[in-house]
Amino acid sequence: LTHGSGGRAMAQLIDELFRRHLDNALLAQGNDQALFQPPPGRLAISTDGHVIAPLFFPGGDIGCLAVHGTVNDVAMSGARPLYLAAGFILEEGLPLADLARIVRSMAQAANEAGVAVVTGDTKVVERGKGDGCFITTTGVGVVPDGIDISGDRAVPGDAILVSGCLGDHGVAIMSRRENLGFETEIASDTAALHDLVAAMIAAVPEIHCLRDPTRGGLATTLNELALQSGVGMRIHEPAIPVRPEVAAACELLGLDPLYVANEGKLVAICPAERADTLLMAMRSHPKGRDAAIIGQVIEDPHRFVQMETAFGGSRIVDWLAGEQLPRIC
Amino acid sequence: SASSAESPVAAESIRVRGLVQGVGFRPTVWRLATELGLQGSVRNDGEGVLVTLWGDADARNAFCERLRRDCPPLARIDALERTPLSGQDRPRGFAIVDSAATSVQTGVVPDAAVCDACAAEIADPANRRFRYAFTNCTHCGPRLSIVRAIPYDRANTSMAAFRQCPACAAEYADPADRRFHAQPNACPVCGPRVWLQDADGQPVDQPASEPASQPASQAAIGALADPIAVASRLLAQGRILALKGIGGVHLACDATNPAAIAELRRRKRRWAKPFALMARDLDVIRRYCTVTPAEADLLRSPAAPIVLLAPNGGEGLPSGLAPGQHSLGFMLPYSPLHRLLLQDWSVPLVMTSGNSSDEPQCINNDDTVRRLGDLADAFLLHDRDIVNRVDDSVARIMDGAPRLLRRARGHAPAPLRLPEGFVDASPILAMGGELKSTLCLVQHGQAVLSQHLGDLHETTTLLEYERTIALYRALLQHRTQLVVVDAHPGYHSGRTGRALAAAEGLALLEVQHHRAHVAAVLADNGWPLDGPPVLGIALDGSGYGDDGSIWGGECFIGGYRQLTRVAHLQPVALPGGTQAILEPWRNLFAQIVAGIGWEAFQRQYPDLAITARLRQRPVAVLSRMIAAGVNSPMTSSCGRLFDAVAAALDICADGIRYEGQAAIELESLCQGIAPDHGYAFALRADTAALVLDPSPMWRQLFDDLAEGVEAPLISARFHAGLADAVVGLGARLASARGIDTLALSGGVFQNRTLFERVSQGLRARQFKVLAHRQVPSNDGGLALGQAAMAAARLLR
Ligand SMILES: [Fe+3]
Ligand SMILES: [Mg+2]
Ligand SMILES: [Zn+2]
Ligand SMILES: [Zn+2]
Repeated sequence: LTHGSGGRAMAQLIDELFRRHLDNALLAQGNDQALFQPPPGRLAISTDGHVIAPLFFPGGDIGCLAVHGTVNDVAMSGARPLYLAAGFILEEGLPLADLARIVRSMAQAANEAGVAVVTGDTKVVERGKGDGCFITTTGVGVVPDGIDISGDRAVPGDAILVSGCLGDHGVAIMSRRENLGFETEIASDTAALHDLVAAMIAAVPEIHCLRDPTRGGLATTLNELALQSGVGMRIHEPAIPVRPEVAAACELLGLDPLYVANEGKLVAICPAERADTLLMAMRSHPKGRDAAIIGQVIEDPHRFVQMETAFGGSRIVDWLAGEQLPRIC
Repeated sequence: SASSAESPVAAESIRVRGLVQGVGFRPTVWRLATELGLQGSVRNDGEGVLVTLWGDADARNAFCERLRRDCPPLARIDALERTPLSGQDRPRGFAIVDSAATSVQTGVVPDAAVCDACAAEIADPANRRFRYAFTNCTHCGPRLSIVRAIPYDRANTSMAAFRQCPACAAEYADPADRRFHAQPNACPVCGPRVWLQDADGQPVDQPASEPASQPASQAAIGALADPIAVASRLLAQGRILALKGIGGVHLACDATNPAAIAELRRRKRRWAKPFALMARDLDVIRRYCTVTPAEADLLRSPAAPIVLLAPNGGEGLPSGLAPGQHSLGFMLPYSPLHRLLLQDWSVPLVMTSGNSSDEPQCINNDDTVRRLGDLADAFLLHDRDIVNRVDDSVARIMDGAPRLLRRARGHAPAPLRLPEGFVDASPILAMGGELKSTLCLVQHGQAVLSQHLGDLHETTTLLEYERTIALYRALLQHRTQLVVVDAHPGYHSGRTGRALAAAEGLALLEVQHHRAHVAAVLADNGWPLDGPPVLGIALDGSGYGDDGSIWGGECFIGGYRQLTRVAHLQPVALPGGTQAILEPWRNLFAQIVAGIGWEAFQRQYPDLAITARLRQRPVAVLSRMIAAGVNSPMTSSCGRLFDAVAAALDICADGIRYEGQAAIELESLCQGIAPDHGYAFALRADTAALVLDPSPMWRQLFDDLAEGVEAPLISARFHAGLADAVVGLGARLASARGIDTLALSGGVFQNRTLFERVSQGLRARQFKVLAHRQVPSNDGGLALGQAAMAAARLLR
């Protein structure tokens, strides 16, 4: 990619690339906005800037990640995602082939998620002023009537579930970025979860909370939910699914998998008596095969997230204060 | 004030400061005044004890003299201030004025070991307290462990549940009696009871192997055989007993029974950490360990701590008690219950905290049976509630003086007098560290340090920590103005302190970890607020540094008001952060990378066992982590250097099972070895500070390994080399600035070999050395240092 003079030709080239891969009726109108009739129900909207190094990693790339991230944020309200808008900031010098690969991946991810990228924007910045490629996506979806899912709805007694193994994405990214060379290559779990969410809602419409434990991992997400709902949580270490190779990598790196990012997992909180039904529904879906009930919501004025260890001890799982600096002597 | 004694005035008031409340001080005053024919009164108030005295000058002088001499065993007189009194009528007799009537606080004192008089009573078949497990008096018994609120009256303790019988009530009301106002006073008629049960709550009447005369379940608790005697027999059979004592529940077994010890380790999941021992008397201890007169005094003191002793090479005890260690921790029975349990034991019992590994020990009956149900075969419980968990204190004689390693039972909450210049210090609450946490509250020129509370990432301990903050603030009627925290952003103590300051609108101050260590040792030694500058040396595990890296081998110059970092150990990566603290081999690898280079090391030392062992590790990944800075913060920690050296000798290389294990085992290895020389360290001048670089030490150590020098001698040469380097560095820094006093702190100075060599080396060079005595040099002393630095800042 070049910047400045010759920019016009470049803009056309990019434009063509997007039109070819992301082709859909709304985008084809060629306006600066997409016009559509909102379907019945409440609308959910979410936006997320995607910044990742490296741009390509085992299990995905920034293109599909930019779709999955926003689709998931919309879906965590119980919504069916409909449309995406995408803004690209490209750094001068990014190989055009890389851009094409990113856009293709984005198109495929959008296709699979049943959403259309209906409007977008591209800017090229000088060399050194970007990290290859940044993508901001905004998603719109519609929440069916009768669904009320929100981070402030957890109540003591509720069950806490996760949809699968934790830590895959963060470990995959770090090992590729730092070229750590683990024996087993770990792939990112990046995936769109709207279909899993739909199956879960169909089975248990009274789900209280849904959230995807992305940056900061499960620990941060549970702390957010505890704070928002004004409750405490108690999770059970042996019940938390982590792939053996991810656990081994985390041990070597000295990272706690509870704090490592995921891009294709969700946390669900529902009334205890519906937990088994929800777990069955999750496990019957390919993206929830390794789902597990990992704990329960408890009353706690401190809003602590506690974890019972394998040996019956209990430790506080806190908010991360910056990086994970050792606290022991 | 001595001159006032010469004055012709017939009356005076005497202000007594120190530890004078709740320790039988007023009855002593009453007895002396009565014996000397003096009139007047004695009362507790917010500043201590106030005495008024009518009589001739000689008698009053004699009174003051004898008061100092006959001071009750648990009391401590810091000052007697005598002022002439006039304009009041001479009273008829001598009265003890009730503290309740004066509506001021009465201090809470530490729990104290059973006194000789009480011990004699429980051993006397003719005494009404014969074999009574809750016998106490004003000179002994539970205090902090049973108090719920102030004032310290029976109604505010867990003794409120027991109404005194007429005989006890009479003792309690009689100023001439040893039990005058002894709040936990009790006897078999009216006081707490002890029983033995199983995990299902069924009474245990007989040891299992003895046929029962009747089914135990049909017998009522209390109608059974003496439960303490039955418990003792169970122990003799190799069983594990949960035993509720003064400040918590112990797990006990026969310390000479290897199978029982192994079983206890298995059930507790405590694989390596040493077990404490309790022996009936000094004679039993002397069968296994040398006990010097100073150690005997420490063992028999009212605090009755666990004292770390050197085995005498005589009768051995099973190695499973303290694997890899050269010392054994012994204590004497400090409650009547322990005395009765041990009376027939000519060998020691293991007496370890009643918990599963890493949790705080249990204190209440239900919790004990629930949490220890699978750990103990029987439960010796009682119905006096333990309100506050107070662990056993741990002490050791080092460099000729007793030093506390854990300050809890018998010491907290006795106030420490702050040094000269701190009298007007504002009320400060210091939150301590993360592990071995304690709190410190400053007020009236005194610092009250809480009992050791433990590791704050454990949920129960954190909740207890919060309750203890509330308890101490209430006990001291503390009007907190400022909260001090460690600068580490992730410490739970810091989070709690910041939240508290925000909620109450209090000022907040952060104090860097190792500066707090240095200030703690200054305060521990009564160093004046505006004393001349000192050189502070903090050799420690890890703490958060000014630059966001991990510090732990630091030299500072200054005092309470300011400490400037002037030297430190060479920073080395900590690959994997916390994981590197748990796995010493990572530190060895990081030291090799920093000091020699991994490739060069493999070329120069291809045949060493550690070279082969390191090659089997994922060192390639570790190399890249260090190079890229992936979760590999830099650290100047001295503790990590010890870990690395231990790993080089294949000590705990894979992992440690308790804090400090690698360093402790490394030190144990070199006991009794006098090294011919120490390894050399290099000193470099960095931009801001001198840097002590261990690379020459590593080369010499690896050369020794290559030549087949035995590990104990290598350990000795390392200890000597590090100590000499620290002495050289300290002397150089101090001399250059005309400083004559060096202050030593930080957890690494619990290493006796290192501490004594540093201390003696500095004294040999005519320096004055300040080292810890009353508070631990580990993080248990941090809160005191934080408080002192904060107080100094406010007094500016
Ligand atoms: Fe420390
Ligand atoms: Mg998001
Ligand atoms: Zn007594
Ligand atoms: Zn009685």
